[in-house]
Amino acid sequence: MTLYLDANATEPLRPEARAAVLAALDLAGNPSSVHAAGRAARRVLEAARDQVAARFGAGAGEVVFTSGGTEANALAIRALAAGRRVLAGATEHPAVLAAAPGATLLPVLSDGTLDLDALEAMLAGPPALVCLMAANNETGVIHPLAEAAALCRAQGALLHVDAVQAAGRGAVSLAALGADSLAISGHKLGGPKGAGAVLLRPGLELAPLIAGGGQERGRRGGTEALPAIAGLGAAAAAADPAQAARLAALRDAIEAGCLAQGARVAGQAAPRLPNTSNLILPGAAAETQVIALDLAGVQVSAGAACSSGKVGRSHVLAAMGQAEGGIRVSLPWNAPDDAPERFLAAWSAMQNRLSRRAAGGAN
Amino acid sequence: MRILVAMSGGVDSSVVAALLVEQGHEVVGATLQLYDHGAATQKKGACCAGQDIHDARRVAEGLGIPHYVLDRESRFRAAVIDDFAATYARGETPIPCIRCNQTVKFQDLVELARDLGCEALATGHYARRVEGAEGAELHRAADPVRDQSYFLFATTRDQLDFCRFPLGDMPDKAVVRAVAERLGLAVAAKPDSQDICFVPEGSYDRLVARLRPETAEPGEIVDLSGQVLGQHQGIGRYTVGQGRGLGLGGGAGERLFVSAIDSTRRRIVVAPRAALAQTEAVAGEVNWLVDPPVSPRPVQVKLRGREAPRGARVAWDAAAQVMRVTLDEPNIVAAGQACVVYDGDQVLGGGFLRAVNIDRSGAAA
Repeated sequence: MTLYLDANATEPLRPEARAAVLAALDLAGNPSSVHAAGRAARRVLEAARDQVAARFGAGAGEVVFTSGGTEANALAIRALAAGRRVLAGATEHPAVLAAAPGATLLPVLSDGTLDLDALEAMLAGPPALVCLMAANNETGVIHPLAEAAALCRAQGALLHVDAVQAAGRGAVSLAALGADSLAISGHKLGGPKGAGAVLLRPGLELAPLIAGGGQERGRRGGTEALPAIAGLGAAAAAADPAQAARLAALRDAIEAGCLAQGARVAGQAAPRLPNTSNLILPGAAAETQVIALDLAGVQVSAGAACSSGKVGRSHVLAAMGQAEGGIRVSLPWNAPDDAPERFLAAWSAMQNRLSRRAAGGAN
Repeated sequence: MRILVAMSGGVDSSVVAALLVEQGHEVVGATLQLYDHGAATQKKGACCAGQDIHDARRVAEGLGIPHYVLDRESRFRAAVIDDFAATYARGETPIPCIRCNQTVKFQDLVELARDLGCEALATGHYARRVEGAEGAELHRAADPVRDQSYFLFATTRDQLDFCRFPLGDMPDKAVVRAVAERLGLAVAAKPDSQDICFVPEGSYDRLVARLRPETAEPGEIVDLSGQVLGQHQGIGRYTVGQGRGLGLGGGAGERLFVSAIDSTRRRIVVAPRAALAQTEAVAGEVNWLVDPPVSPRPVQVKLRGREAPRGARVAWDAAAQVMRVTLDEPNIVAAGQACVVYDGDQVLGGGFLRAVNIDRSGAAA
């Protein structure tokens, strides 16, 4: 029996999302068609839009569906960056950093949270677009977004929030944050892969990356991926931040066990997502740990893996001043209650073998 | 048992993985990402992983075994590519496949395998590991055409003990391809890899010049008496024994070959072929796979990859940590290449040849 603890890569599909996807697969109509079949498809599309808007604090007219989180970030950033300099957090996801290649990086403190003093200093000057993640994908560290948003407002800067990891795992609201745009991804919520969305502050315009047939009010061309979007809507409705306490208890049990055996937790003192832990085992390569745990049936990740599967050095831990790589344990919404004991059994066996080997034993 | 298999994506290591799976072992596949393929081939949009990594993954998927891509770019760069360029800059002839085997492959993968609780590391090399009275022995492969024992001399006795070379007994490559065919491996007909993996276009001198610009600085071509015969466009383009690309014109005289490379004075020393050969050689960075001989021992040695072992006597200078070789017949000794010592099929050890004939550059030397 394998133990899946890589939710930040992708969440397992929620049953509500699965049902919505299956129902949408059988709808023949194109949401843009005028006939009854088209209207039926359109109803499903707009219901999903309502679900997303309601869950994340936007008006339904301000939800633009995309192919996923990467496109959502790219669409918002490319549009809002027009005529502005871009400031992006040093620990942002590659999807954000690649969408703003000329961005100036905002430093983080050693606990991984945004350095607000630096933000304030760097906001002085020409109009800026600030790109910040609500929570980090590798460490789960949550940025002080309310404070950052206030600083942005005071300086006339726009704020784009990458909420891909935070959505569904904590309270995320465009309106409450006072942000200008927000990106989410369906499969990080327990929906299928292939759908995401940009949520916009009312009145903000968005130039499309793909113009096409004028779908999404001209902000994202192309026939909507209805099954994936229906699944995204259902997952957004089903993702219950009240689950957080259960996941946090499991995560804390895992951390307590590892800390007692010599591990460190990156960003331990910072506010973090309830499901995420980045465990650093001094002297042990993250890559080796991920493989060893996988061979023991426990699925975690290290740093950011490129499409070839190779593990690179984590720019997130580097920005936090951590020289060593960590393994990311991220509990899915359906993590079993015995996850800590099963994880710790595999982790301890690995830790024992590695420390025996480091002490000079051959095996 | 649990075995780590180094899978390159080629037919040989794919067959190794498949055979071990067939024998019922718990096989774990690993493929080394050694350099950025896209940058090396300078193809826009090429992935950092080349086709070989995708092939390895596909084979592993077909076999139903776990497979991992290991990022060893910086390690490979430091241990193999930089050493490759530095060796040219010293006026010597590098042998990167041995450096790679010595570091990235056997040292690091044996460590990883043990970290993962594996009981052995298997590779697709053509060599035989024989269980001897004194522990594991390294022997030439059954197929003399494919034998790679020369490239494995630097494997330590501890590493050799842990390694397995399942292809060592294969009579020839056709049989290996037939096994791949029988096991339904998609790579059965894939061509053999050629040349140096990190120089896909085969023009290594541009790479060397980029890493060590001094190897592309012009200098003099001189004969053994020190007389200047011409100019060269950088010592990085020459290796000892080379007869082409000297640009000395046809002429009626005897054909000339590179006899020595004096990196300090950026000089290429040329001589007639007969004058190149020597009977004494010294090798450092020695690795013995048997207990070192206490007195000069009659053996056979190979001074380059494509050469049959030839008769010699080898002595171990423990104080200087070098092996001293006296060849039965004179041969060209290119510093930087490996001198591998055999007793029949068995590899006794080896080292890297040292420059000892630099003083023959005449004149001021």
